[in-house]
Amino acid sequence: MADDKVIHVTDADFDSTVLKSELPILVDFWAAWCGPCRAIAPMIDELAAEYDGKLVVAKMNVDENPATPGKYGIRAIPTLILFNNGNVVDQITGAVGKAMIESALSKVL
Amino acid sequence: MKSDRLIIAGGGPAGLAAAIYACRARIPTLMVEKLSPGGQVLITDRVDNYPGFPQGIAGHELIDRMIEQAGRFGLEQQNGEIAAIIPPESGDGNVMVRLAGGEELEAGDVIIATGASHNKLGVPGEDELTGFGVSYCATCDGPFFSGMHVAVVGGGDTAVQEAIFLTKFASKVSVIHRRDELRAIKLLQEEAFANPNIEFIWDTVVKSVNGDKKVESLSLLNKKTGTESTLEVEGVFIFVGIHPNTEWLNGTVDMNQRGFIRTDGRMKTSANGVWAAGDCREKELLQIVTAVADGATAAHSIELSRHS
Repeated sequence: MADDKVIHVTDADFDSTVLKSELPILVDFWAAWCGPCRAIAPMIDELAAEYDGKLVVAKMNVDENPATPGKYGIRAIPTLILFNNGNVVDQITGAVGKAMIESALSKVL
Repeated sequence: MKSDRLIIAGGGPAGLAAAIYACRARIPTLMVEKLSPGGQVLITDRVDNYPGFPQGIAGHELIDRMIEQAGRFGLEQQNGEIAAIIPPESGDGNVMVRLAGGEELEAGDVIIATGASHNKLGVPGEDELTGFGVSYCATCDGPFFSGMHVAVVGGGDTAVQEAIFLTKFASKVSVIHRRDELRAIKLLQEEAFANPNIEFIWDTVVKSVNGDKKVESLSLLNKKTGTESTLEVEGVFIFVGIHPNTEWLNGTVDMNQRGFIRTDGRMKTSANGVWAAGDCREKELLQIVTAVADGATAAHSIELSRHS
């Protein structure tokens, strides 16, 4: 698995890691209780490996980090938010296929 | 020459059971799934009606066990989405399987086990507020509604089971149902009626989901009296049935009006080399236990057809 390309972010380092990221960054908001989050996890790992150097892929556990999901009004997981220069470019809710995520990525890559 | 390969489209319980039976029959089997295996079971908090688990089992745990079991017998998996299948004109030919990326695979037989997906209500505000209070998965999103008032729309097993589950988090759950009685099985009804945190709003449909960036209320219509009202809630969970994931077949196999695939008792469809199993198939009872039965039957029928 290409899991080592995925970084894990927290409420504490969200601003410095995500909002100040030099590359576009895709954040996967997930939790252990969420089946569909597990369903997309291998695909998230794959994206991290395939777009290495062009895109940062991050995961945030919403159970351990409630502040950031609250700030972005997240009330469903999995939610993927694509940030570029600190701004939200796209937000995808639910377990979707890779093609749909890649079409969102094409807006910044 | 006819390929001995079997391709299974979809990795829910039907596909995994078919894989276990096919692999044990030494049929080279490839499962193609667009996400990771599991299907609808992954959004089920607790499975209480699958025999062999007297205390029930978490949906994801049941799936993990099925995957492990299929893996033990040599199942190969490929991540991908099937865009089309082209059946052969005669029984001797191969089925062509085209993936969304353009890749083409050939197989002697294909089992369609692509399952079903939840229906939407189709009312204003639903799409805009999905992820912001509109949800189709109580196990995923219930914890976001701690201490809040939420609504559940529907009256079947799923709606009632998830309403009960949501009372773990929400302070109040209003079940909105278009009829004056539930379709859910009696055991679930008894549990729901006994739960002080569940209220029922009968004979009522949702006209719209309202809110600015998050769900604030629902506009309701009582179908018997014609009375319109507003229900203030912070979330709405929608469980109004399912539809089969068969649009991609574009009429390649015979289906009923709702898109469920017609098969015979061996799970054979109208097309050569194409079989169907699970929730995408026309039948009375859509359950994990019937999905695995379909999968096993399909794999066994394929084996028999190859030796006849």
